[in-house]
Amino acid sequence: MNFELTEERQMLQDSLRRYLAGAEGDIWAGLAELGVIGALFSEEQGGFGGAGFDMAVVFEELGRADLTIPLIDNALLPGLLMVAGGQDVEGLIGGAQRLALAHGETAARYDLNWVETRAEGNRLTGEKTVVVGAEDADSLIVSARHSGVACDEQGIGLWLVAKDAPGLQIRGYDIAQGGRAAEVSLTDVEAKPLIAEAGSELAKAFAAATLAEMAQCLGAMDICVAMTQEYLTTRKQFGRPIGTFQALTHRLVDVVVAVEQARSMVILAAGHLEADAKTRDLHIAAAKNLFGRSGRLVSEECIQMHGGIGMTEEYALGRYAKRITMSDHRFGDTDHHLERFIDLGAA
Amino acid sequence: MDLSFNEEDLAFRAEVQDFIAQKLPAELADKVRLNKGLSKADHDFWHAQLNEKGWLAPNWPKRFGGAEWGAVRRHIFEEECALAFAPRIVPFGLAMLGPVLQKFGSQEQQDYWLPRILNGDDWWCQGYSEPGAGSDLAALKTRAVRDGDHYVVNGQKTWTTLGQHANMIFCLVRTDVEAKKQEGISFLLIDMDSPGVEVRPITLIDGGVEVNEVWLTDVRVPVENLVGEENKGWTYAKYLLTHERTNIAGVGYSRAGLDNVKRIAGRAMSGGRPLIENPHFAARVAQVEIDLMAMSTTNLRIISKAAAGQAPGIESSLLKIKGTQIRQEITDLTRRAVGPQALPFVSEEVESNTPLPDAFDAGAVAASYFNNRKLSIFGGSNEIQREIYAKQMMRDAK
Ligand SMILES: Cc1cc2nc3c(=O)[nH]c(=O)nc-3n(C[C@H](O)[C@H](O)[C@H](O)COP(=O)(O)OP(=O)(O)OC[C@H]3O[C@@H](n4cnc5c(N)ncnc54)[C@H](O)[C@@H]3O)c2cc1C
Repeated sequence: MNFELTEERQMLQDSLRRYLAGAEGDIWAGLAELGVIGALFSEEQGGFGGAGFDMAVVFEELGRADLTIPLIDNALLPGLLMVAGGQDVEGLIGGAQRLALAHGETAARYDLNWVETRAEGNRLTGEKTVVVGAEDADSLIVSARHSGVACDEQGIGLWLVAKDAPGLQIRGYDIAQGGRAAEVSLTDVEAKPLIAEAGSELAKAFAAATLAEMAQCLGAMDICVAMTQEYLTTRKQFGRPIGTFQALTHRLVDVVVAVEQARSMVILAAGHLEADAKTRDLHIAAAKNLFGRSGRLVSEECIQMHGGIGMTEEYALGRYAKRITMSDHRFGDTDHHLERFIDLGAA
Repeated sequence: MDLSFNEEDLAFRAEVQDFIAQKLPAELADKVRLNKGLSKADHDFWHAQLNEKGWLAPNWPKRFGGAEWGAVRRHIFEEECALAFAPRIVPFGLAMLGPVLQKFGSQEQQDYWLPRILNGDDWWCQGYSEPGAGSDLAALKTRAVRDGDHYVVNGQKTWTTLGQHANMIFCLVRTDVEAKKQEGISFLLIDMDSPGVEVRPITLIDGGVEVNEVWLTDVRVPVENLVGEENKGWTYAKYLLTHERTNIAGVGYSRAGLDNVKRIAGRAMSGGRPLIENPHFAARVAQVEIDLMAMSTTNLRIISKAAAGQAPGIESSLLKIKGTQIRQEITDLTRRAVGPQALPFVSEEVESNTPLPDAFDAGAVAASYFNNRKLSIFGGSNEIQREIYAKQMMRDAK
């Protein structure tokens, strides 16, 4: 057993942390230049990483930064699907191209296979909801059903849709964690086929995206702990630092326990990302369930221990707590993954 | 033991329901239900409806224009208003300052300010907290120095709720720096249009602007705006806080919130069926509902003691702790219920140019969840409530 990062990953972590500490201007280009996007893809895919631990390192650092960078939605998730469809991702890795996956639908909730958008040949019609990063994407990958009923794993394909395709409408709005998402509506839109039978590739890409989301959340959790630790020693009430009240310090330790449990889950999930589908998904489900529970504890307790200041938009803690909370609404929430864990364990 | 409301109570409940049905416009109730943020005009409108009926000041004595209801009636009224998604009564003038003036104010102050509160001539805000004085309120530093027939006030208040609408602020100020912390504080009424008063908005993580900083620089306040005696402000402040604690359990809000969760979860789909039929989600809802059943009775037990002439004392700490836990749990359930649709978000500062998706008619649920973190922070944080109760228990044991 060895829980240390390899030297390469350690270097990636260091340089990324240094870069993000002072990052300004075109951060996307800066990340691409640093090789951060390339680190998410394997050598055969055109990158120089691509393992679960590469993703964990990158996204944990992003989560520590007080920025919202849609690297999961505009690079990792669509990139893995492009690769699965035999496309090259050179432009994506170089930072010149951005993509987004339009997959979620209102009735689907977190069910990956629930697709009602229809494909008639290569023409797509349907409504996609809360597509993160849609406006910034150069083109969209859209899932649609060519056969079967809404919840079948079979019969889902992926297509590429140009942003200026007639019949495509994108209505964007801000989202709570920072950044933007959009409602994407398609009316008889001409599209280019990418993968005919995409169920298992979607599951695989979503597993990676979920891991990335958790790693990002872990980075934010670490910051919340550090800020609260600092605050308890500096904020004075009743003539003494509030960190002299055990009612608070004991709770901070409970928060640390939750974060360490979460850290272990990122390691477990990363280590099983390349396993067979069932093993992989079991670990992802377990991890994401734990993250939902830990995340809630961390964000709520850290706000509470800060008092009013923890609720303000201007003070970073609230922004991190918000990202942690909203993380439970992405790629399946606490209950969704509990059910998946039970199903996968029983099957 | 008799667990039922009596005939009169039931008739009163029906009367309240009837009144709300007639006077509360559906659009206003929707704004409350969907957490859209109310304007000053919305609040003023609802206050005026209640005032016309004589129900705006449920806890004021009749001679001051109040309804003078006992605790059970007040409970019924609050519950019905909450269930109908009526705007809450803005508490600063009505629930906080009013009782203080009635008990400690001069005849002139009562005659002048109390009718203005009822008629909506003044909008009051509460200037207690300061950057360095939150839980430890008595550490406040805002200074008032006597200069002829004025006080000159310097300092900063913060977290001032709805201060942006207010023309008047009641402040705790330090008038004696030599005395013990609690003994040098006075209670002052300050006109916010005076030179030297500056209100700066604070944006909260829900994107809303409901609290403010209030900066006071050489503000001249006539001495007749001192309430009671100089340096006795702490006594009045504590008296006010006991009134702040009426309806502290918020049972009505919880019931309304729980109805709302069930309604939303009846619309949101999970695996082709309404979410409310999902066993995990149903279990979460059921647990809160069970807690609320108990809370509702705990609340009635405690407030009916007060109705019989006993003040709701230290037990209000228990109501605050459990009541806010339940309310916060419900906001958590609501954001869970909508799944990915919790992400869309508007901030008051950046109005969205596109309508947000709201397939389940749920409104701003993530914002509401974030906003309601405040319930366990303000009005004496839940840690402070535990402190108060624990200290009393340990004293009683001796
Ligand atoms: C949305 C909102 C609206 C508000 N509106 C108003 C208003 O209109 N007017 C007004 O005057 N004030 C208002 N307040 C202020 C509110 O009363 C204070 O936030 C509250 O008193 C807590 O103070 P603080 O924020 O400075 O936190 P602090 O007092 O610094 O507390 C930080 C943490 O330490 C804990 N703590 C403090 N002392 C102890 C102790 N002895 N033992 C254990 N734990 C302790 C607290 O519980 C908290 O978790 C509002 C606050 C909010 C968030």
